[in-house]
Amino acid sequence: MSLFEHKVSDLHERLHKKELTVTDLVNESYERIGQVESQVKAFLTLDEERARVKAKELDERLARGEQSGMLFGLPIGVKDNIVTKNLRTTCASKILENFDPIYDATVAQKLNQAETITIGKLNMDEFAMGSSNENSAYQATRNPWNTDYVPGGSSGGSAASVAAGEVLFSLGSDTGGSIRQPAAYCGVVGLKPTYGRVSRYGLVAFASSLDQIGPITRTVEDNAYLLEAISGVDPMDSTSANVQVPSFVNALTGDVKGLKIAVPKEYLGEGVSEAARNSVLAALKVLEGLGAVWEEVSLPHSKYALAAYYLLSSSEASANLQRFDGVRYGHRADNAENLIEMYKQTRAEGFGDEVKRRIMLGTFSLSSGYYDAYYKKAQKVRTLIKQDFENVFAKYDVIIGPTTPTPAFKIGENTADPLTMYANDILTIPVNLAGVPGISIPCGFSNGLPLGLQIIGKHFDESTIYRTAHAFEQATEFHKQFPKL
Amino acid sequence: MSRISMEQVKHVAHLARLGITEQEAEKMQKELDLMISFAELLNELDTEEVKPTFHVLDMKNVMREDIPQKGLPIEEVLRNAPDSKDGHIRVPSIMEK
Repeated sequence: MSLFEHKVSDLHERLHKKELTVTDLVNESYERIGQVESQVKAFLTLDEERARVKAKELDERLARGEQSGMLFGLPIGVKDNIVTKNLRTTCASKILENFDPIYDATVAQKLNQAETITIGKLNMDEFAMGSSNENSAYQATRNPWNTDYVPGGSSGGSAASVAAGEVLFSLGSDTGGSIRQPAAYCGVVGLKPTYGRVSRYGLVAFASSLDQIGPITRTVEDNAYLLEAISGVDPMDSTSANVQVPSFVNALTGDVKGLKIAVPKEYLGEGVSEAARNSVLAALKVLEGLGAVWEEVSLPHSKYALAAYYLLSSSEASANLQRFDGVRYGHRADNAENLIEMYKQTRAEGFGDEVKRRIMLGTFSLSSGYYDAYYKKAQKVRTLIKQDFENVFAKYDVIIGPTTPTPAFKIGENTADPLTMYANDILTIPVNLAGVPGISIPCGFSNGLPLGLQIIGKHFDESTIYRTAHAFEQATEFHKQFPKL
Repeated sequence: MSRISMEQVKHVAHLARLGITEQEAEKMQKELDLMISFAELLNELDTEEVKPTFHVLDMKNVMREDIPQKGLPIEEVLRNAPDSKDGHIRVPSIMEK
């Protein structure tokens, strides 16, 4: 049995009882990577030497009887769009191939304070644009449940590495579903926090009004511990919210009696596979059995979310990615005759097709004469989508539906048509547009591939999401299954 | 007939400082047309009276005390620059010859 089949709290206890050392945990990680990484391809960079030095140091402190926090010594993987000081950070793009960050993202500082051990940096779709990891400039990560299938994206490496037992847990980022969708495809737990819950300082920006960093873990309890460690207002991110960070683990009471669940009919309708629909209905039965009540509701503007999202996220991306111009960092084209040509050649050589496609769409929708018809229109539709959620949350505690319309698809299956690829995210995108938190937890299998249950909560009410998710998890066995690699 | 002309595609690429070949421009014309026609689904909605959402939380003008802080050391800042000299980043000629 892998050490990473244990929970955070069990490993913590075993470290303190001296049944286990931090070095054992780090060994477990790199041994497993040695065994399965050629199949999974989750990592872009490993940090083995420093991880081993750090493990030794932490073991010496444990030996001296030092007390430690819950995450002390636990091996973590970090998505490669989160900057880590002196540890290569590429965003899975050629344009940042040799980028060596000079500071730590706030979440990386918080991990250092919690004294987790960073095992390495995880693959993703280039600049987080994609739903399959096929847009990485370096490698296509595989789904550990069936390596012919995608792990999802953009945090595909973050979800696959946890599912494959290469790390205990990981950090991902979610702009339109990029934590929840790969978590669903890989059968793990992934949470997108409320916008503003976690600092974005040092997260290489894709769409600043939508991006959030969040935890990917094997269990709901572990997820709650990791979110607590990375949350909080940050003077370096003026969009981080000055709200209290509760003990999320305290919310895991197992009690969902009287919990009011809304099930949007749009989330079980057209385009949603029978397998996904049935697994959600079965999950609702489980929650009903625990004393929760559910009713069908409507989020009437759901069908407009995808179009609004692509205009808004691409517009923000086109502005955010201006900084990759070959001047201060990253790739620079050789032999350009003047500055403008240098910019153009650098960006033509450094960015992949999907990134270019979105920069073009975003630049177009922000350009003079089109701004009102596209960008501003989409911002207004965003208001309608946000109001849909407010109306439902006036009467209900959580919203439940599938995380994705189908289980994972085959590598190469959706690469020809960008719009088909984007349709994977129709159930996760509205959550980012409204800024509310959402989780995906395992709720079934279809042909050996995992399915995810999405639980959406009110602004800053991750606690109720965790309470619901944990009650369901404890009543089911899905989280106890592991892929055979 | 594409909603977007080749001139527009090239103009947008220039605004985005993205070098594109003739072949790429043709491909982008098709893709942009597809995505923009998809986005026009939003025109079904009457949003005349709706205010745009720029920020999902009710936060504005987040200020801090204006206290000077030490910046990063210059050699660190220049470490990732493709070309630098005497503490400055060096770029190709800005003025047309």
